[in-house]
Amino acid sequence: MRGIYIHIPLCLRKCPYCDFYSVRYDDALAEKYVDALIRNFKSGRYKGLCADTVYIGGGTPSSLDEKLLDRLLCGVFDNFKIDKNAEITIEANPCSVSEDKLRAYLASGIGRVSFGIQSADDRELALLGRLHDYDMAEKAVLAAHRAGFDNISGDIMAGTPGQDRESLLKSIDRLCSLPLKHISAYMLSIESGTPFDNDDIRAQTADDDKMSELYLAMAQRLEEKGFCQYEISNFSQKGFESRHNLKYWLGEEYIGFGASAHSLYAGERYSVPPDIGRYITDPLQSEDPEPLPYDEKQEYIMLHLRVKSGISISRICELYGNAAADSVYAKAQIFEKNGLCVINGDSISLTASGCLVSNGIITQLQYECDMHNS
Amino acid sequence: MSEHNQSNIRNFCIIAHIDHGKSTLADRILELTSSVELREMEDQLLDNMDIERERGITIKARAVRLDYKADNGENYIFNLIDTPGHVDFNYEVSRSLAACEGAVLVVDASQGIEAQTLGNTYLAIEHDLEVVPVINKIDLPSAEPERVCNEIENVIGLPALDAPRISAKTGLNIREVLERVITDIPAPSGDINAPFKALIFDSVYDMYKGVIIYVRVMDGSIKAGQSIKLMATGAEFQTVEIGYMGAKDLVPVGELKAGEVGYITASIKYIGDTRVGDTVTRADAPCDEALPGYKKVQSMVFSGVYPADGAKYPDLRDALDKLALNDASLTFEPETSAALGFGFRCGFLGLLHMEIIQERLEREYNLDLITTAPSVIYKVNLTSGETIMIDNPSNYPDPGLIASAEEPMVTAHIFTPQEFVGNIMELCQDRRGNYIDMKYLDDTRVDLHYELPLGEIVYDFFDALKSRTRGYASFDYEMKGYMPSKLVKLDILLNGEVVDALSFIVHTDKAYQRGRKIAERLKENIPRQLFEIPIQASIGGKIIARETVKAMRKDVLAKCYGGDITRKKKLLEKQKEGKKRMRQLGTVEVPQEAFMSVLKLDE
Repeated sequence: MRGIYIHIPLCLRKCPYCDFYSVRYDDALAEKYVDALIRNFKSGRYKGLCADTVYIGGGTPSSLDEKLLDRLLCGVFDNFKIDKNAEITIEANPCSVSEDKLRAYLASGIGRVSFGIQSADDRELALLGRLHDYDMAEKAVLAAHRAGFDNISGDIMAGTPGQDRESLLKSIDRLCSLPLKHISAYMLSIESGTPFDNDDIRAQTADDDKMSELYLAMAQRLEEKGFCQYEISNFSQKGFESRHNLKYWLGEEYIGFGASAHSLYAGERYSVPPDIGRYITDPLQSEDPEPLPYDEKQEYIMLHLRVKSGISISRICELYGNAAADSVYAKAQIFEKNGLCVINGDSISLTASGCLVSNGIITQLQYECDMHNS
Repeated sequence: MSEHNQSNIRNFCIIAHIDHGKSTLADRILELTSSVELREMEDQLLDNMDIERERGITIKARAVRLDYKADNGENYIFNLIDTPGHVDFNYEVSRSLAACEGAVLVVDASQGIEAQTLGNTYLAIEHDLEVVPVINKIDLPSAEPERVCNEIENVIGLPALDAPRISAKTGLNIREVLERVITDIPAPSGDINAPFKALIFDSVYDMYKGVIIYVRVMDGSIKAGQSIKLMATGAEFQTVEIGYMGAKDLVPVGELKAGEVGYITASIKYIGDTRVGDTVTRADAPCDEALPGYKKVQSMVFSGVYPADGAKYPDLRDALDKLALNDASLTFEPETSAALGFGFRCGFLGLLHMEIIQERLEREYNLDLITTAPSVIYKVNLTSGETIMIDNPSNYPDPGLIASAEEPMVTAHIFTPQEFVGNIMELCQDRRGNYIDMKYLDDTRVDLHYELPLGEIVYDFFDALKSRTRGYASFDYEMKGYMPSKLVKLDILLNGEVVDALSFIVHTDKAYQRGRKIAERLKENIPRQLFEIPIQASIGGKIIARETVKAMRKDVLAKCYGGDITRKKKLLEKQKEGKKRMRQLGTVEVPQEAFMSVLKLDE
């Protein structure tokens, strides 16, 4: 089954470390944008398709008021066949929600809310340029819980300016004491061209050695608290893995709507240009991009190794042949000896240490496969 | 037989230390004899190869015939034979000298006598050549012709008071040099009626004509269509064309006679058949005795040469084949390395020859190469009583089978300003040199005489010498037989596995130091790996040095936001591209630079 992704590239304020596409929120723009999305649903080639996950991401989707969001979701339900057990997620900023608003979201069909908490330390939050403090974040999570959300996720970030191991673990402990079922735990990466891309910030931010120490400590603490790592940056209680995000990593279909949204559909990958004005004028341009053929051979290892279930030797064998599978297996044994992966019957999956150097492992295994295929 | 007058022929060469202006003088002489129109002049005409022009060195001998109208009103034929100036090509030089009656010795007016000045002059005197000293570059502000004149007289023992003082660059006094060639250098005196006898001093391969042999006719004469015999190889051929080397082209003539310099073609396919130093005679009317001094050229330095991209192996083979067409002293045979794949074990005359071949392969044939540490030929006496010669560390016998070992030695002269003597002695000491003596060339410069193992010289000695003397010292050496030595084979292990391409033979006393340095250098040049990798140096299974390549700490893209995998894909593509520049040695990825970094260990 496929997923639907809706991108809301609107933010009240842009975080200084973020390099995703977004523009400044304003009411009129939000309204026009949602109209464009609905036009896109109605008249596009996807109309009538089935989906079992919907993910409204951003940007800051919770900057939309409850009425506008309801209109958007009605558009989704009217134009697609959404499974009755569908996972429908919205990303929310702790400072742009209230209990009433969250109730309204629930009534509109949202079942899962993901809060960008990032830290439980107010000084770190300020350095990250976030609009909220931890008290607001905690209140927002509790409000969502009271409003009736059972499936709540929180983001946390490792290696941010001013953070040390102790404050990171403290943040994790505090998050784990909230009614969260899922925690996305990222390592801050400084992207070029962002306000964070300067020497001053770099000096305050964890270097690779420090970052890996933080990451391993974070993964261990989360596991101890009952959150199992099911992807490089994602942890959850049993049964609360993000079904939508898993589609990205398992090569399942997803259709992205909105400026700068990405899709994998009918054997092709494509994306909508990151230009909200253009999208509002002509949302159907999203059906006329330059698609790239989806090639499982190029992506299987890269994507599947991110996930706990890992790659399957028999699948490697089908894709690249016996010799490739043999040398992948041989390399995996060496990685296993060095604590980077675990071989379990047919599957190879990364340990937390392996996740840290996953690029190298993926490249190495892909290289083995390519060698036997050229 | 027609009247044959040799008295207006002069056969001579120009000898000099590198950069003292040999090729520039040759250019001026060509210009002055109007052998070449000015507009056709390209600097250093005799040096045909790009690499020769750039480095200012002559690799191959060249010869050219010039017409000169002297001050006495007579017309002369000059045969100018350009010689390679480097010790690697000493044998070729000696054969070129043997083709001449005299030599013009060029000395730089500011540098004075250098190591190769002396080496080449002694070589010329050994061949009974009349040496005409010339002081060049007198236009330079730093020129000290008086001092240099004294040096020539005191150090070499040649009268130099009336030596022409010239500037080859500006063309000053070049005519004076030519007049001296006529007055000081004797005309050839071969017997025109004796059986044909000629010396091969060079040969080149031509696609259409086959091998063209350059000869100096000593006695008798030869015509096209006659059959010749090469006395050392015994090969016989029918001559197709004979002639002389004009400044621009080969000029066919009816006959080449005693005293003349020219070329012969005879549909010869392999340059190996026409060995420099061999004697050419008539097959049907041979001379009694070959000319003296012929020897088979032997490679002194060996190195594994591998294409950086394994798929280029056939290209490398073709390139070597082509180079060997024109260079009988280059030898190569296929070699396989577990680390580097398919390549060739190449033999060279010396270090410069090796560098030149490698550079030509890279530049003229567009090949990216990995070369292994140069090795000399070691003599190993086995307990069985058998003696074997080893030029490849891979073939070094098990220590239990070795009774004793010997290594090749050289005697070396290092000319240097006095202030660097301490540094040089330290270097020579470090390279296991035996001090022989030291002579003062003048108040400030000395000639340091050392005996050194060749194996120490092939290993970055030039660079070390240069850096310790700020480039002021010059260096020349000649082979001096074998001496008993305590040798061991040093292996380098990565992650517990021997990397064959990094093994080498070394003196026991230096093994520890060299092993440790290589391990350090590898550590610097091998990027962090997915997990810790030990680098070890070992002798006969005993570890003598160890370093560790650290494990990579973090290499991950944490986010795959909104299903946008393009960034990740790009990054991984880039990493995969980078892998192509790496050698996979078991579980370790070694960049090509790492192999090269261990070739130059001197800081």
